[in-house]
Amino acid sequence: MTEATATLQASAELAEDVRGRSLWFDAWRRLRRNKAALTAGILLLAMTVMVLIGPLLSPYDFDFTDWDHVSEPPSLQTQHYFGTDAVGRDLFVRTLHGGRISLLIGVVATLVSLIIGITYGATAGYLGGRIDNLMMRIVDILYAMPFMFFVILLMVFFGRNILLIFVAIGAINWLDMARIVRGQTISLKQREFVEAAVACGVSTPRIIFRHIVPNLLGVVIVYVTLTIPQVILVESFLSFLGLGVQEPFTSWGALVNEGAQEMESALWMLVFPATFLALTLFCFNFIGDGLRDALDPKDR
Amino acid sequence: MLQYAFKRLLGAIPTLLVLITMAFFMIRIAPGGPFDTEKSLPPEIEANLNAAYHLDEPLIQQYGRYLLQIVQGDFGPSFQYKDFTVNELIASGFPVSLTIGGLSMLFAVLLGSTFGIIAALRHNRPTDYAVMTVAMTGISIPNFVIAPLLILLFAVTLGWLPAGGWEGGGLGKVVMPVIALALPQVAYISRLMRGSMIEVLRSNFIRTARAKGLSETRIILRHALRPAFLPVLSYLGPASAAVITGSVVIEKIFGIPGLGRYFVQGALNRDYTLVMGVVVFYGILIIVFNFIVDLLYGALDPKVRYD
Repeated sequence: MTEATATLQASAELAEDVRGRSLWFDAWRRLRRNKAALTAGILLLAMTVMVLIGPLLSPYDFDFTDWDHVSEPPSLQTQHYFGTDAVGRDLFVRTLHGGRISLLIGVVATLVSLIIGITYGATAGYLGGRIDNLMMRIVDILYAMPFMFFVILLMVFFGRNILLIFVAIGAINWLDMARIVRGQTISLKQREFVEAAVACGVSTPRIIFRHIVPNLLGVVIVYVTLTIPQVILVESFLSFLGLGVQEPFTSWGALVNEGAQEMESALWMLVFPATFLALTLFCFNFIGDGLRDALDPKDR
Repeated sequence: MLQYAFKRLLGAIPTLLVLITMAFFMIRIAPGGPFDTEKSLPPEIEANLNAAYHLDEPLIQQYGRYLLQIVQGDFGPSFQYKDFTVNELIASGFPVSLTIGGLSMLFAVLLGSTFGIIAALRHNRPTDYAVMTVAMTGISIPNFVIAPLLILLFAVTLGWLPAGGWEGGGLGKVVMPVIALALPQVAYISRLMRGSMIEVLRSNFIRTARAKGLSETRIILRHALRPAFLPVLSYLGPASAAVITGSVVIEKIFGIPGLGRYFVQGALNRDYTLVMGVVVFYGILIIVFNFIVDLLYGALDPKVRYD
């Protein structure tokens, strides 16, 4: 018995010595060499931290109106680091608060689209045949819908609550995910480990979620980093039209909208939120691109 | 080929039906109606109004009536703009939107392809990095940020162009909206073009062309351009949808009387027929556009066969 454990241990140690270069190890190595993606990642991390703790560094609340300083340019003296808006609210705090909401919507709505897309795509791909045909035909039809118009309608008719924004944006973004996941699933299901699972009598839902889905991770991660900026963009588009987040809460899109109306007299109201928004989208896009290159086994 | 085209057109019918059904029921389920005004109307008048517009019938009957109307190409009267039919409103707004959208697409394809080819020819050299960084910036700056900045620069500071308005759409009025609408698409298309051009330039038939001693210009224009353009061509479907969506904000920013503005106004006013009309009209437009793109794809790609 002890002998057996010892051999086992020895072989485990041996295995550790000759550990192969896994996909993730390789990907990480390549990502590290990609300066643009790495810089973008660090910037994004800094942005997230700033958005979370930044508002604590200012003496003002995001909905506090400072009547002594209305529409004032940035100043260290008044501690309005980014200036104030037309009703005297501190733009520094509002920009960071808006960032919280924009990022939150980006992540949550992407998760919604992810869950729908993976479930749908993996099911269609794994089941195949007539069900797959039908499910993908539905995706094709939905693809041709002018969804932005539907989202605008939803926002106008059902009021502007954040929950609805999450669901609405998530619900329009799952189509691409479903297609990508389906394609991957079809190639995965030919593999031996799936065959083994089938032979062992594992149930279909369990095969899909325990054996197929974890193997889709690479594709999914790339897709997620490219979907988040899209979602943030959609949200700011809605907020820009006045249909997104409601006062006194704000998001980058809403701030850009307010800034655009005042830009001739108060340029800072446009510049700060616009820079934050563009910089975040820029970072996400760069990371997504970098990850795609890093995880692509084609150019090894 | 003809058979394929016919089959594709038949395939568009269920898509259209789903579109109309979704839009119809989404609008009708929503709270509030077209005749909700500040002061409430006397009940008899409201009943009369509802009867005149068939709003008192069961929903399913209204739906049937609407479908029948659409088949005849009639989107019905507008609820809000009293003396106009939706067809008239679309006819007045669409040429404006088409001018801006069409020019943007043209601009995006020409400029985007050119940038993409330049970047591909200078693959992994400073020019390539510069073009791709600019393209990434173009993707990351939303057009509702670009538009005010353009106004600030060219209208407010330099005074070269009018800040907005339309009045017949002179050249000066068209420039800024078109640029703002096209820039993100220029960026996408140049990235696509670069990627596919790099791949095509590595392929065997290009090596053969080089071996024959053809000039570089001839190789690019005669041999590489056509296959490299295919991914861009298939992106034109989604691009047109993005341009149509973008035009909603751009028309708002520049005060342009196009369809996008009618849509937002109509939604806010609960103008059922106008909103439905615009959604269905744009839906048909996107379907038709995708259809044309597919046919062009078949014409450009020798690998596509219809039998």
